[in-house]
Amino acid sequence: MVKRSTWSLPYVIFLVVFVVLPLLLIVLYAFQDGSGHFTLANIGRFFTDSDSLQTFALSIEVAIENTLICILLGYPAAWILANRNLNKSAVTVMLFIMPMWINALMRTLATAELFNVLGITLGKGTLLFGMVYDYIPFMVYPIYNILLKMDKSYAEAAEDLGATPWKVFWKVTVPLSMPGVMSGVLMVFMPTVSTFAISEFLTNNKIKLFGTIIQENINSSMWNYGAALAFIMLVIIGITTLFGNNDQAEAEGGLI
Amino acid sequence: MAKDYIIDIQHLSKSFGGVKVLDDINFYIRKGEFITLLGPSGCGKTTLLRQIAGFIAPDEGKILLEGKDISGIPPYKRPLNTVFQRYALFPHLDVYDNIAFGLKLQKLPADEIQKRVKRMLKMVSMTDYEDRSVDSLSGGQQQRVAIARALVNYPKVLLLDEPLAALDLKMRKDMQLELKEIHRKMGITFIYVTHDQEEALTLSDTIVVLNEGRIQQIGTPTDIYNEPVNCFVADFIGESNILKGRMIRDRRVAFIKHEFDCVDEGFGEDVPVDVVVRPEDIYFTTDPAKCQFTAKVNSCIFKGVHYEMWVDTDSGYELMIQDYDPYAVGSEVMLYIDPDDIQVMHKERTCNVFEGKMVDETHVEMLGAEFECLPQDGFAAGDEVSVEVRFEDVELLDHQEDGKLAGEVHFLLYKGNHYHLTVLTEDGDHIWVDTNDIWDKGDLVGIDIPKKGIKLSKRNG
Repeated sequence: MVKRSTWSLPYVIFLVVFVVLPLLLIVLYAFQDGSGHFTLANIGRFFTDSDSLQTFALSIEVAIENTLICILLGYPAAWILANRNLNKSAVTVMLFIMPMWINALMRTLATAELFNVLGITLGKGTLLFGMVYDYIPFMVYPIYNILLKMDKSYAEAAEDLGATPWKVFWKVTVPLSMPGVMSGVLMVFMPTVSTFAISEFLTNNKIKLFGTIIQENINSSMWNYGAALAFIMLVIIGITTLFGNNDQAEAEGGLI
Repeated sequence: MAKDYIIDIQHLSKSFGGVKVLDDINFYIRKGEFITLLGPSGCGKTTLLRQIAGFIAPDEGKILLEGKDISGIPPYKRPLNTVFQRYALFPHLDVYDNIAFGLKLQKLPADEIQKRVKRMLKMVSMTDYEDRSVDSLSGGQQQRVAIARALVNYPKVLLLDEPLAALDLKMRKDMQLELKEIHRKMGITFIYVTHDQEEALTLSDTIVVLNEGRIQQIGTPTDIYNEPVNCFVADFIGESNILKGRMIRDRRVAFIKHEFDCVDEGFGEDVPVDVVVRPEDIYFTTDPAKCQFTAKVNSCIFKGVHYEMWVDTDSGYELMIQDYDPYAVGSEVMLYIDPDDIQVMHKERTCNVFEGKMVDETHVEMLGAEFECLPQDGFAAGDEVSVEVRFEDVELLDHQEDGKLAGEVHFLLYKGNHYHLTVLTEDGDHIWVDTNDIWDKGDLVGIDIPKKGIKLSKRNG
């Protein structure tokens, strides 16, 4: 008789080949020089190279800006979508989610072409526009989800205790939807740090992000330095994930 | 209007999607009273409470608070607070902040808030719990916090929506006593919603019994229990034997084919009535002089405090009796009922009356279907008629498609030797049926009326 646990074998193989092994390779390359000897020079180079540091700082800045804009635009959108008095159909929700079905690269290329036709100069503004456009569904959906599932009696209880609709929103609805916002932040912030396609197409490479320099290094066969940069990014993403998980975000938020 | 009315409800009606949930509700609540809205699920009691709280606007009618109409005022401006069925404590706040929520909105000074919250915590015996998260509390503790959170605002009226429904029996009994104690200490008017008749009898100064959106009876617990005004109230509150009877004259009533002295007057002579006798009010005797009728014990079950027995009377009726002493199954017993314990009620109806229209001489259209009737003289096609059908002439069929009409058994009463059913047709018409067959609430049935059961008369106007 075959043991139950053997059924998981294909997935274990998949995980090892496509997740664990590449990660190990990144770590291996990051701590090697061109001839395969152990070195800390790649890591050191990043921390001494002002260009790399500046790009990194810029990436974080753009990611924070993108995340904030996504929250500011996405939260009210999610609130309207989840409010049965304002939105009675599931179609509007679908319309918000639909852009996710189309490849991000295609959307970005189309956006770039649109700016071109309209004669808008590519720069940081167009970069942020493209990022918000690409990532806002990832912010709207988890917030929409948590607002939809929220027990209406909390809002009623607050109103009963003397809270105006405005106070109900700030003192009850917003705090209770924070797990959804946290999910949204994780799904928007981290991918933005490592993105390179959007900055390439929407700024004509005028603005370089952290993802861009990793890609450039790998493309020009500087595998070890590229791997070191990727390793640093992984560590930082890992830290943000831990940061976001320390409350009950996972338990109640639900990514999708 | 008397000065001590804190709430006065006038002609309140509410429909949801064409269904009347509340129909012309009128009653008042005295200041400091503990009043209970009692009824089965779907009777409209929660809708009524939510209208008083302000979450639902009435279609018609007024709610007066201390003489002023509050119908248009949003919930946050009403000096009322609610204890919700599932507590609705804010999970992102601890016990203290939950209770202080309303006071902080009023922008009271911090020391005043602290004083009042502590006082409330003491009142509900939760003094050491102020820093606890609400998720870590048991159901009973959450209930206490919910009560404290509402009462800390010193509302003019406290609304409670089945607050004990989620607790187990023992806890519920303890909380009932505590609620009564809190009510006494605070002196605030309580409006309590429940479907639990025992809870209502235990807690209330006044009970309002609701069914199908209408008030059935308003009274003190003893009034409601001892003098129910109709079969619904008699059946819903406590156990009862509800029987068909006939008022012979004042203070003399016949039922189960025997005559009894009673205390009711003013029904007239030889008038059909319904009679209610509580199972604890039928007494066993060994004295033939006291015996009013005899019966054979059919079953005997121990219920803790008392024994519950079903007996078959000498006249062929089944009665429920509760007594502290058991009587052997199969034994012949002598029984009597005190005149005081017989409650006589007006019959709400003696037969079905429908509006119909003649199709031809032998067919009448009513309830959205065509029925055959015996040939009638003096009726022409198109005549508007009134149709009478006796309860026992309505036939119920197992399959909905076999009947002229499809319906659902909505309410049933055992009347000693037959069942009296309320059947709701698909169009929402009520048909009352007397039958010896056993049906359950919610059964889907076909309805047919044979032609000999249809009695026509011309409708006036």
